[in-house]
Amino acid sequence: MIDKRVATLADAVAGIADGATVLVGGFGDSGVPVELVHALLDQGARDLTIVTNNAGSGERDVAALIRERRVRKIVCSYPRSAGSIWFEEFWRAGEIELELVPQGTLSERMRAAGAGLGGFFTPTGADTLLAEGKEVRVLGGRRQVFEEPLPGDVALVKAYRADRWGNLVYRTAARNFGPTMAAAAALTVVQVDEFVELGELDPEAIVTPGIYVDRVVRVEVL
Amino acid sequence: MIQPLSDIDVARRVATDIPDGSYVNLGIGMPTLVADVVGPDKEIVYHSENGILGMGPAPAPGEENPELINAGKQPVTLLPGGSFFHHTDAFMMMRGGHIDLTVLGAFQVSERGDLANWITDVVTHPPAVGGAMDLSVGAKRVLVMTTHVTRDGRPKLLPQCSYPLTAAGVVDRVFTDLAVLDVTPAGFVVREMAPGLTAGELQELTAARLTFADEVGVLSTS
Repeated sequence: MIDKRVATLADAVAGIADGATVLVGGFGDSGVPVELVHALLDQGARDLTIVTNNAGSGERDVAALIRERRVRKIVCSYPRSAGSIWFEEFWRAGEIELELVPQGTLSERMRAAGAGLGGFFTPTGADTLLAEGKEVRVLGGRRQVFEEPLPGDVALVKAYRADRWGNLVYRTAARNFGPTMAAAAALTVVQVDEFVELGELDPEAIVTPGIYVDRVVRVEVL
Repeated sequence: MIQPLSDIDVARRVATDIPDGSYVNLGIGMPTLVADVVGPDKEIVYHSENGILGMGPAPAPGEENPELINAGKQPVTLLPGGSFFHHTDAFMMMRGGHIDLTVLGAFQVSERGDLANWITDVVTHPPAVGGAMDLSVGAKRVLVMTTHVTRDGRPKLLPQCSYPLTAAGVVDRVFTDLAVLDVTPAGFVVREMAPGLTAGELQELTAARLTFADEVGVLSTS
């Protein structure tokens, strides 16, 4: 019997090790697994590499992890936002490493990891600062940059509904990085608003099949 | 007397260059004005990097869904026929040449069509790139919408960009408050100018050497 549901947020993030690379879903405030990130904060893992599109804002989720000195490095496309005060403070003080990656390359590097590929060539970033030190080839008449896969030890993802097999559907633009990150990590942990019975999700509309998912936890919607 | 175009006049001029039926991605900032002035006679499908096609205007007050946002993180709506997809797909659409046209802001554009629109100064602010590099290498046609000179009067159209590039050789056409210019193998060719402006005056405000079309049109102001 397969049952990926876990009872508590603490169970959901149990065993995440110091030094782990953690993929965190979300774009701005849309689709961020806020409660899972807070559970990781409580769990105590440190020296983390966080892979996420934005570096958090205000005092919550990734910003709180940075504030509490849990993050060694952030891999991200757009760390600056209104309220990204903790990231900026740590960055200025040289206390956090930033690997800046174009957004499509960030996503595709994770996809490559999930797809078992050794990397890919992309025209994105050719002849820019972000290609420095990388192999460049002319392919199809264009200069293209070699990019390596970006696997996670853990992915933290927010979805809308799940069944006990871990099949997922999302809601509107909150889907963003979720499906790619789910496939790219050794341990994929998902928070959802609702559990449904097996068979209740329309098989034509399941976005992330449960094969990519390890743990699912329900978070009470206030 | 020279009559520079207002932002909305520039947006109106850009809108006339967008064919009916186009798939379009509008950059953050000034380019978003274009959606407000595209005529109702055209059906345009707007793409957003966070996984939306068929993006509609801002919702009525009180109708906002915090998960349904655009690339600038502002609430938007979905039009009938619209769809949601994940980030990797959103950037496949860009890089794979499926987006017909993008309108982007710029700090600088070179006469070879190089675009600089992501950083001016790497020292004091953490760098952030988002989807700018993917979009500018991937869209089939790249239009730039910008003021002709900086706030302190320095030219933005240059023989060579001094700021770090977003992408090399990608810009097709530039729309400023003073002129419409094509990027050609011979450099910038002026197609249209603001009322009251002479060729000599435009050249004075442009660091790159300009060529003028046989018949230079006059831009409309409201």
